[in-house]
Amino acid sequence: MKVKQISIFLENKSGRLAQVTKVLADHNINLRALSLADTADFGILRIIVNDANKAVNILKEAGYTFGETDVVAVEVPDKPGGLASILSALWSAGLGVEYMYAFVKSSGDNAVMIFRFENTDKAIEVLKNNNFKMLTGEEVYNI
Amino acid sequence: MIWNEKCECMPRKELEELQLSRLKAIIHKVYDRVPFYRESFEKAGFKPSDLKSLDDLKRIPFISKKDLRENYPFKLFAEPMSNIVRIHSSSGTTGKPVVAGYTKNDIDTWAELMARSLMCAGAGPNDIIQNAYGYGLFTGGLGIHYGGERMGATVIPASGGNTKRQVMMLEDFGTTVLTCTPSYALYIGEVAKEMGIDIRKLPLRIGVFGAEPWSDNMRKELEAKLNIDAMDIYGLTEVIGPGVSMECEQKDGLHIFEDHFIAEIIDPETGEQLPYGETGELVFTSLTKEAFPVIRFRTRDITSLNPEPCKCGRTIARMRRVSGRTDDMLIIRGVNVFPSQIESVLMEIEETEPHYEIVVERKGMLDELEVRVEVNERLFSDEVRKLEAVQRKLQNEIESVLGISVKVTLVEPKTIERSEGKAKRVKDLRPKE
Repeated sequence: MKVKQISIFLENKSGRLAQVTKVLADHNINLRALSLADTADFGILRIIVNDANKAVNILKEAGYTFGETDVVAVEVPDKPGGLASILSALWSAGLGVEYMYAFVKSSGDNAVMIFRFENTDKAIEVLKNNNFKMLTGEEVYNI
Repeated sequence: MIWNEKCECMPRKELEELQLSRLKAIIHKVYDRVPFYRESFEKAGFKPSDLKSLDDLKRIPFISKKDLRENYPFKLFAEPMSNIVRIHSSSGTTGKPVVAGYTKNDIDTWAELMARSLMCAGAGPNDIIQNAYGYGLFTGGLGIHYGGERMGATVIPASGGNTKRQVMMLEDFGTTVLTCTPSYALYIGEVAKEMGIDIRKLPLRIGVFGAEPWSDNMRKELEAKLNIDAMDIYGLTEVIGPGVSMECEQKDGLHIFEDHFIAEIIDPETGEQLPYGETGELVFTSLTKEAFPVIRFRTRDITSLNPEPCKCGRTIARMRRVSGRTDDMLIIRGVNVFPSQIESVLMEIEETEPHYEIVVERKGMLDELEVRVEVNERLFSDEVRKLEAVQRKLQNEIESVLGISVKVTLVEPKTIERSEGKAKRVKDLRPKE
């Protein structure tokens, strides 16, 4: 149920984001989801791509500092309270969310949210027990 | 092993007698032959015949780097050009270079001192020395080269640069001793890693590193990454080149070859001679150099002296690793800052590779200090707050060492210029007065 996310360290200056996305594009890497966290000095670009292993090699070759993290993709009912129900289930179980962002495409009628948890395995268990649908890596990469 | 036991392990009393007789001779020589010294001695009311004991050295005026530049190129030579067989020169990045001349005997003395140094570092006649100091006007290349040959080792005159070839030679030639600047050694290690070569498994066992200030933490990193003993060598073009002093296996100070040089420590403000153990500016007098003798040359290097005999058997005094250069010293908001202080903090925070740059700028009326540090994979996190914590930790520790505020900026890998010679760690962008 885990999805491979790649996070890349970028300096917060013009052209850096354009450069890294171009490097990936040049090698036919398709971005499935992304989020950018930034401060005045630097940013962290988090991406989910169609081929994580290939992307890792490309980034290594290009000399970027990056990390690989397991995240969870959860289907969220596309209606008021959809996200709240997931978060309250996690909260009741005492699980914290490090960060989250929305997936670009939807899965059927549902939206998809990417979660980064402190304790990924425990969170997957709680979500499963509460009957929330999670997407597998394969599903996410090919959505 | 000790190359010249007679000279390196002499009882101190005997050594001081030798120093005094050599000092008398050189003082007479420069007074007779070099107008600069005659004038400066006369101005200070000093005559060569006044020199009765080593203690009288205090009465002789200093010579500064500025004096050397003003006498560019040959005016301080004490021998006619017909007796001079070699010229070296400093880089002259901050003005006219300092030009050093050598007679045949000077070259011979220098080779002797470098043979002593290499053996002091733990090398011997069976070693293969890859000499990656630059060959040319810089004293590092040829200085080490002659000393290595004198000792009977195999010397590879690799010179600086072409790092992939350096790695190839380390591997194919079975180099056992690498000589270069410490920052270049780290870079060679990095390139070897990129080439997929585990440098720690090669026969390399000793590094003789110098020509730029470095810290004990950098020693730890070099020793761990290259699986070697990293030894500090010291020298300056003005005094002779490399081979003025060298660390032994105790790694507890650099032995000064005192039969050829007298070292003093002075207070850089007042010029007063300081007792053994106190920290101040290092001053050298050459005792045996023929072509280009220097009398009380102010090196601008900060260190202290220890005359106690060493466990290695040598009786010659040791100088502590140079902790900074009065030249490199930055005065920021009235506080003296040495780049080496910042480097030691970065090295202490274990995860940081020492790829950093110090930038000083004036914003409005205030000087601002920025330290730019490359983020490597171990420092990196996908969470902003963890990266910010790293940034804050670096900032706090540097501030507590320097006593002034600093901005730490995390930058992408390989964005800070790599050096193949002396590291350029400081960018002082303040307007020059």
